[in-house]
Amino acid sequence: MALAPHDVLLRVEHLTMRFGGLVAIHDLSFEAKRGVITALIGPNGAGKTTVFNCITGFYKPSEGRIALLHGDPVLWNELDVVTARGQRSLRRPEGALFLLERMPDFLVTEKARVTRTFQNIRLFQGMSVLENLLVAQHNMLMNASGFTALGIFGAPSYARAQREAIERAVYWLEKINLLDRADDAAGELPYGAQRRLEVARAMCTDPVLLCLDEPAAGLNPRESADLNELLLSIKKDGITSILLIEHDMSVVMQISDHIVVLDHGIKIADGTPEAVRNDPNVIAAYLGVEEDEVQNVAAKVGL
Amino acid sequence: MPAEAPDRAPPSLVGRALKEALVTGFLAFALFLPLVGFVSVQSMTNTLLLEARWESLFSVVALIAIARFLYVLAGPWLERRRARAKPSAPASNLRKVFSKFFTPFALGFAVVYPIFVLAFTGINPGALKWIDNFGIQILIYVMLGWGLNIVVGLAGLLDLGYVAFYAVGAYSYALLSKEFGMSFWMLLPLSGILASFWGVLLGFPVLRLRGDYLAIVTLAFGEIIRLVLINWVSLTNGYAGISGIPRPTFFGIPFNASDEGFAAIFGLEFSPLYRTIFLYYLILALALFTAFITIRLRRMPVGRAWEALREDEIACRSLGINTTNTKLTAFAMGAMLAGFAGSFFSARQGFISPESFTFIESATILSIVVLGGMGSQIGVAIAAILLVGGTEIMRELDFLKQIFGNDFEPIRYRMLLFGAAMVLIMIWKPRGLISTREPSIFLEERKAIPADLLKEGRG
Amino acid sequence: MEVFVQQLINGLTLGSIYGLIAIGYTMVFGILNMVNFAHSGVFMVSAFIALNALLLITTWFGVSSMVMALMIIMVISMVLSAVLNWTIERVAYRPLRKSFRLAPLISSIGMSIFLTNFVQVTQGQRNKSIPPLFHKQIILMDNGNYTVAVSYEQITIWVVTILLLGAFWFLVTKTSLGRAQRACEQDQKMASLVGVNVDRTISITFVIAAALAAVAGSMYLMYYGVVSFSDGFVPGIKAFTAAVLGGIGSLPGAVIGGLIIGLIETMWSAYFSIDYKDVAVFGVLAIVLIFLPQGILGRPDVEKV
Ligand SMILES: Nc1ncnc2c1ncn2[C@@H]1O[C@H](COP(=O)(O)OP(=O)(O)OP(=O)(O)O)[C@@H](O)[C@H]1O
Ligand SMILES: [Mg+2]
Repeated sequence: MALAPHDVLLRVEHLTMRFGGLVAIHDLSFEAKRGVITALIGPNGAGKTTVFNCITGFYKPSEGRIALLHGDPVLWNELDVVTARGQRSLRRPEGALFLLERMPDFLVTEKARVTRTFQNIRLFQGMSVLENLLVAQHNMLMNASGFTALGIFGAPSYARAQREAIERAVYWLEKINLLDRADDAAGELPYGAQRRLEVARAMCTDPVLLCLDEPAAGLNPRESADLNELLLSIKKDGITSILLIEHDMSVVMQISDHIVVLDHGIKIADGTPEAVRNDPNVIAAYLGVEEDEVQNVAAKVGL
Repeated sequence: MPAEAPDRAPPSLVGRALKEALVTGFLAFALFLPLVGFVSVQSMTNTLLLEARWESLFSVVALIAIARFLYVLAGPWLERRRARAKPSAPASNLRKVFSKFFTPFALGFAVVYPIFVLAFTGINPGALKWIDNFGIQILIYVMLGWGLNIVVGLAGLLDLGYVAFYAVGAYSYALLSKEFGMSFWMLLPLSGILASFWGVLLGFPVLRLRGDYLAIVTLAFGEIIRLVLINWVSLTNGYAGISGIPRPTFFGIPFNASDEGFAAIFGLEFSPLYRTIFLYYLILALALFTAFITIRLRRMPVGRAWEALREDEIACRSLGINTTNTKLTAFAMGAMLAGFAGSFFSARQGFISPESFTFIESATILSIVVLGGMGSQIGVAIAAILLVGGTEIMRELDFLKQIFGNDFEPIRYRMLLFGAAMVLIMIWKPRGLISTREPSIFLEERKAIPADLLKEGRG
Repeated sequence: MEVFVQQLINGLTLGSIYGLIAIGYTMVFGILNMVNFAHSGVFMVSAFIALNALLLITTWFGVSSMVMALMIIMVISMVLSAVLNWTIERVAYRPLRKSFRLAPLISSIGMSIFLTNFVQVTQGQRNKSIPPLFHKQIILMDNGNYTVAVSYEQITIWVVTILLLGAFWFLVTKTSLGRAQRACEQDQKMASLVGVNVDRTISITFVIAAALAAVAGSMYLMYYGVVSFSDGFVPGIKAFTAAVLGGIGSLPGAVIGGLIIGLIETMWSAYFSIDYKDVAVFGVLAIVLIFLPQGILGRPDVEKV
């Protein structure tokens, strides 16, 4: 399928999330385009992680619609019809449309192919690095094993699928530079490696949208630069688009194509890095305390 | 330990030991005064009278105080030993060799065990006890432990009512074989299927729950099954139980004294031993089947998903794993294996009653899994041998009568020691005997994963 | 109608006993996040302590006032059971506090088996029965063929339960101990950082739990007039059911849950079948958990991702 870049991939419309009296997100709308890196930034407690939780089905939003498209953008025209019919998704030969807020979390990953990472790393610590990457390919392997029935008797189709799964795991391990630690427990890896492994594990689910919750948190500058490279190469492969929450402005300014800024659950800016950087609202709410820091960042990044 | 006068370097050890022994003795006195110091006995007129047992009380208290005294005295020595034992690099090498040869050795031993016993006792009913009470009994618990291990050890789901599925299997076999005369070999799989059907039925609403609720509902379910077995007298004959359950045959040849019996056909003198030996190998085969299934499943996507679920359920969901279904498969698989074991139990005993399916059974099986080390099959087998074999051996300690007098009946202390052993083993090895985990797959080299990284599940 | 009133009376009595035991489960669960299986054993042991104490003061010391006797045995049973539970926590749970979740659970199951068999070994297998303490009852209704009566034992149980709950309520809401307990429930590490003595708070929790269970045990003995070594288990799980039903971790929930379980049990016995009363109790538990997982008064637990 010809995937034209810069079509809209994800549409968040009028998203509101309340926890009792607390309004964590208020009437948030934004879009993420295919083939680019969209960043979601904002001060602590702005509601960024909550947006991720709504997109990936972990929380049911109080109000609003979250739609994701595979394939032909023409299908966007069907969005209101699907919504009105109360359906979760629409599948056509030319593509599919998903209403993520109606889907349980695991189907968001399995069917809509949106995969996330977590702000505080959630690896399977007691499993080896390789096992972590195989668990991520669970659904593919499960089908290949005929829901275990074939696999348990060692059917060749399953053996082949497992070999492919290992190959894919090895591919990603090479990419994140952890091949030599494939047989170690994930919990034994240093922090930075765990962060990278979580990205690789998410990539093993073969997502169209990868949601990264502060992947650079706690990394040293070198590791951070490696991560940038990894994300840019994922973007270049053109299959997976990225939605990124990040505090590190150098990362954000350097690699993202589009930035959405949240403050107290409300969107205060939305645009290219340059536009956002110069937005007075953003400066006031987020970077504003020291305006010259913005200059510094800009200088460092070379914008 | 109260830290007193750190400047006077070692405060008199004996003094401290004496003091602590005194405190402990006092505490023991308070603890044992009401129930060891006194006993109520029924008089001729059927009223209760109180009798004092000062001797017993003081000997228990003195024993505890002396034990404490010695323990404190031995403290520095134990400390030094522990410090010396710390760097255990060469030991791990030994352990590797051990673990490499242990499994085949244990397997071989299990296979020749009946022959071994017969060699000692000769072909006479004396051998029955060793093959039946020790061999078969332990293997039933090994199998149950391995079955529950899938649920608790791999998937991290706490099931406190496992015995319910064992009961379903046992009663399925008993009722169906008596009513419809179906054969053991047909009912064995059927009992497993029925048990797993119940597992799914129970699991479906319950496995959506998180946290400790699963434990509670399974506990309640176990009790419900038992109470129904007690009260549905027309079907189950209540407390009295079901007797005369058909025994398994040697592929159609019954084990009896008739001309068509096993002994007659094979030209042997009739003895109940042959059936027992056959049952031994049958349960051994069933247990090994369980082990085989578990080993295979661990390398399948479901098995990995079970373990991933134990590690982090939320991460599983973020990777597109349907956690409810995954839990359900673990639950059903565990239930099915319990069903197999149940139908075997029923066929072996020839008699079953609700007595055999109490909470204590569930607790015992769970303890075997946890004591063994969650997820470790070898550990579970060792724990079953220790716990079940240990309590069985208490029946054989009649020689103690010569030491403690004829009133002393070791059997009475069987479950008392069982309970105490559970507590002590947990304190000694909270993560079980074998606590490291073997990865299910490796690229270059299989490396055991240290226990402190493993999670125990939250469901 | 008469039957209903009578069963209401019986149900509330039984429920009071369950409620008192349930508080112990709920408190320990709240603070240690662990199902304390040994609690049912402590309850049963306390009934035996009460039995021996009763025999001691009536047959040895010749105390003849039953009210007096009852008060003395309750106090003795409370104190000795508290010592027992304190020791259990020290020996069987404290070394496992920072260990993984199932270790203390197994330890508590072991302890429960130990207690049951300890009583069996030391006190014998047979049921122990005592004559009724009070021979009086108050007749509330009488329509010729069915009388509704409240026995003195029942009234005693209600009065003691209410007084005890009042004192207990004061203890956990108005004193610094209660505050320390709640702090430990929330976050033990944090609590110890701000100066709460976590070990001591946990010990006291076990002491209180045992004291309440001991009152329940003494009243159980008085109410039924018979006790055996195996009597801990069933009331134990019912009380635990009550704690879950009321919302585990919630103290008023435990009491309400206890009363509900008591009522379900007596009503079911009267109107349906006495054989299946326990099945009804556990059935209700399962249904409640499925539709109202946090129980009646429990806090819903939100999953933070
Ligand atoms: N499950 C929940 N229950 C109640 N409140 C919640 C829940 N999840 C998030 N919140 C609240 O919503 C608000 C936004 O939280 P969120 O985690 O989305 O912020 P964030 O932008 O990711 O912050 P940070 O940069 O610190 O990660 C916070 O006030 C938080 O306390
Ligand atoms: Mg966040």
